[in-house]
Amino acid sequence: MAGSTLRFSLLLAAAFAGRATALWPWPQYIQTSELRYTIFPHSFQFQYHLSSAAQVGCSVLDEAFQRYRDLLFGSAAFRFPHPIVLTTGPLGKLLIVVLQRTCDSLKSEDTLTINDEQCLLLSETVWGALRGLETFSQLIWRSPEGTFYVNKTDIEDFPRFPHRGLLLDTSRHYLPLSSILDTLDVMAYNKFNVFHWHLVDDSSFPYESFTFPDLTKKGSYNPATHIYTAQDVKEVIEYARLRGIRVLAEFDTPGHTLSWGPGVPGLLTPCYSGSHPSGTFGPVNPALNNTYEFMSTFFLEISTVFPDFYLHLGGDEVDFTCWKSNPDIQAFMKKKGFGDDFKKLESFYIQTLLDIVSAYGKGYVVWQEVFDNKVKVRPDTIIQVWREEIPVKYVKEMALVTSAGFRALLSAPWYLNHITYGPDWKEIYLVEPLAFEGSPEQKALVIGGEACMWGEYVDSTNLVPRLWPRAGAVAERLWSNKMVSNLDFAFKRLAHFRCELLRRGVQAQPLSVGYCDMEFEQT
Amino acid sequence: MEQRGLGRLRLPGLLALLAALAALAAWSPRVSASRNLSLWPLPVTVRTTPRLLYLSPGNFFFGHSPTSKTGPSCAVLQEAFRRYYAYIFGTYKWHRGYNKIPSEMELQKLEVSVIMDPECDSFPSITSDESYNLLVQGPVATLTANRVWGVLRGLETFSQLIYQDSYGAFTANESNIVDSPRFPHRGILIDTSRHFLPVKTILKTLDAMAFNKFNVLHWHIVDDQSFPYQSITFPELSNKGSYSLSHVYTPNDVRTVIEYARFRGIRVLPEFDSPGHTASWGKGQKDILTPCYHASEPSGTFGPINPILNSTYSFLSKLFKEISTVFPDEFIHLGGDEVDFNCWESNPAVLNFMMNKGFDRNFKKLQSFYMQMVLDMISAMKKRSIIWQEVYDDEGKLIPGTVVQVWKMDNFYNELGNITAAGFPVIISAPWYLDTIHYGQDWRQYYSVEPLNFAGTPEQKQLVIGGEACIWGEYVDATNLTPRLWPRASAVGERLWSHQDVTDLEDAYRRLIRHRCRMVRRGIAAQPLFTGYCEHEGRM
Repeated sequence: MAGSTLRFSLLLAAAFAGRATALWPWPQYIQTSELRYTIFPHSFQFQYHLSSAAQVGCSVLDEAFQRYRDLLFGSAAFRFPHPIVLTTGPLGKLLIVVLQRTCDSLKSEDTLTINDEQCLLLSETVWGALRGLETFSQLIWRSPEGTFYVNKTDIEDFPRFPHRGLLLDTSRHYLPLSSILDTLDVMAYNKFNVFHWHLVDDSSFPYESFTFPDLTKKGSYNPATHIYTAQDVKEVIEYARLRGIRVLAEFDTPGHTLSWGPGVPGLLTPCYSGSHPSGTFGPVNPALNNTYEFMSTFFLEISTVFPDFYLHLGGDEVDFTCWKSNPDIQAFMKKKGFGDDFKKLESFYIQTLLDIVSAYGKGYVVWQEVFDNKVKVRPDTIIQVWREEIPVKYVKEMALVTSAGFRALLSAPWYLNHITYGPDWKEIYLVEPLAFEGSPEQKALVIGGEACMWGEYVDSTNLVPRLWPRAGAVAERLWSNKMVSNLDFAFKRLAHFRCELLRRGVQAQPLSVGYCDMEFEQT
Repeated sequence: MEQRGLGRLRLPGLLALLAALAALAAWSPRVSASRNLSLWPLPVTVRTTPRLLYLSPGNFFFGHSPTSKTGPSCAVLQEAFRRYYAYIFGTYKWHRGYNKIPSEMELQKLEVSVIMDPECDSFPSITSDESYNLLVQGPVATLTANRVWGVLRGLETFSQLIYQDSYGAFTANESNIVDSPRFPHRGILIDTSRHFLPVKTILKTLDAMAFNKFNVLHWHIVDDQSFPYQSITFPELSNKGSYSLSHVYTPNDVRTVIEYARFRGIRVLPEFDSPGHTASWGKGQKDILTPCYHASEPSGTFGPINPILNSTYSFLSKLFKEISTVFPDEFIHLGGDEVDFNCWESNPAVLNFMMNKGFDRNFKKLQSFYMQMVLDMISAMKKRSIIWQEVYDDEGKLIPGTVVQVWKMDNFYNELGNITAAGFPVIISAPWYLDTIHYGQDWRQYYSVEPLNFAGTPEQKQLVIGGEACIWGEYVDATNLTPRLWPRASAVGERLWSHQDVTDLEDAYRRLIRHRCRMVRRGIAAQPLFTGYCEHEGRM
């Protein structure tokens, strides 16, 4: 990650006033000059270098070339060359060299060189090439007369953390497929690489399972319109893949499962009032064999539908009240010798579930409660830290998780659904994920973080302006060097980047007073 | 129901409505016959029966009653008929006579009857009569009002009565509604200086305002950051003072907004805030701002408008002359808030002027002097002024009838008491700064404000002419205006329209979630109140 051979030059950034400073997130190494090259949209092309391992037919890059062409020059064809008045020669093409064709590496390093001899993007993997293309697109600027330019530039770049995620919650409110796809686009502009899809929760079950179709039929807001079909899910995964984004699916249990109940009778624990069932239901019933049979079948489906190695199994905020009230659960506890410790019952459930999922050859991510409640988990489990204060401050929790040898993901300070008046992106930006007491080995266990947009108060009407450009602050924190933390420098670039987002059609809200050349226009 | 503050009673209209009411004496009152009923804001009286009426898109019309003072030449109503037909039935192509409904259950027509001079070609004003009576029965429903403004409000209510049952049939309960606003001034403030709002966004906002029975667009059009208003008299103001030449409201844009608003019964109240909040004016108008001094030298920065020069007042007189003709409303908002005295204090010429005038070093007196000049100018143009509370607080002499807008949260009820005790009409904004956002359901706090909850005589309370929800623009532009404004402003809308007793938060919640989905269906990206869903999800 933050390599020792780092050549970093923040000072340089202040030294040049050119438009190339508008990069977001800021690259690891950049050198640029006032010398600029003209780009002619009608003749400019992205091209595979002869020595590249990836060639025409590599769908990820073929599609990306098309996308960035449109982003840069618009989809309108430029038929007529511009009048030529230049001091330097025009830039005809960007040559792409990808060293390996393997598509499963997490690494995405690239170098981007634009000078008189060459305009070259060199990358180990196609994923690095995608990040480089984004950087290249941000380097290009347009003069008031409409001519496209790019400055002579040398960039070497790689991410600080390999897991740079964004969580969307499609249960509290359903998000139309197009909202999700649009979000993936903007994630790519910000170099995010994990879409954490919190698909289901108490409120609704929009994921259409082919093994248990009743889950959506009875658990979605509307089984005709407010669902994700198998085709929708495939489309999200492929759309994400083409942008170098992994889809991390979350099926949160045993709590947060009310919507599962109607479709799977007997799955949830019946709560009791005195000696009678009250008619309400609690978490998944951990005392029944049927529960585990169901989970086994269900997660077999999930493991095949979602290609990512990791699944997110949730495990947060389990309320014990209902379990406590149920005599069958009490009997089960006694039988198992759990005493009154419901955390043991929770552990029992989670461990059984983890065994099921690992048998399918999957790794897993869980919320921090699983760790806090001392559930025995496999050593390669990833713990996601989300609680700001309880049981301990998140900084402390990061230390605890990593000192136990687990890999950690940070989300606690990045709950973007929470809003306050004013420029709250600054707080978000200034979070330092490794600012906890711990050994270098511990710090190396922090694989990244996620910006979370929970859905209680968010749907497609307000998602985009609430998310962008605020999530951009998280993106840079996770991609750029630790030393890139100057707020003024960030403000200038982020304000510029948000205007670029508007230009690309993203409804990103303003950071402060001011304007963009191209304002958002309602359709 | 009573007319507030501004004289002129509306008795003849009330009598007409009472006559219509008498016909309904036999109806049994029910608060809500249908769980689908979700009127917002809640009318004064709603009576519904369980009897259902069905509407067929191919066989339903809006029309004028033969006794109405209006006819097809009343453009305000013709346009409204078309709009509300689309809101009710959507824009699908419906086949005439496709659904056969038994005639005794069919609602075929809404007949509009305007009793008095309809004011079809007028602009709405503070005294416009917005009361109406809506009688929904088969086969012909009637909507009676004194003026077109009441018809517009009644059409909105009528459209809210109609819902699609689970088979998709357009349905309404037989009902009778008598309605009129509690306050005559129900406004939304938009700020087009901190961020430019494209005209389309303003028009969208006017649509949403009409859905919530708001009737004033307070257009805070210029401020320190930019001057987007294109003046005919002083074109340099926007040429130099706007963010860019495409961030400008041309005279045609302004006309478009005013006319679009008129068609929805909404007044456009322009605000040209001075003497503070004017940094952008200085770019296009030489010498209008006070040069600040550092020690004995001009520092190169500028402060509020320079109140000591004759040229200032001749400029303002020409500018406001233009504004008074461009904007048809009786009122102009003159601002007067947050004047920073540091720059005036630094300027030797200003100090000299103060000495000559005998102001000592009391800069409030200088501010009052300035405001008085502007207020006199406006009244000479036969217009009335609205000012922010500081102008009153600083004891400027105010012409009777000048309206004071209260915006400071601290002790705002005391402020209301003081201003009304002094006999001035007042507009409340303090508790309704919607640009200030919070996580969760903050609409509840806006909803729970009672504007008349201050110590004062009935005469004083009469002077509260209404309120405004303000969405200042520091952090708001076209990208986030709509979800930030709606449905949070709807809470203010009901508070200003409905009866004082309508305060049940749970009933409000139940109606507002439906109203929000209705706005979403009509193309307004109103954000959710909480977890849940709409049948038609919004898609930007």
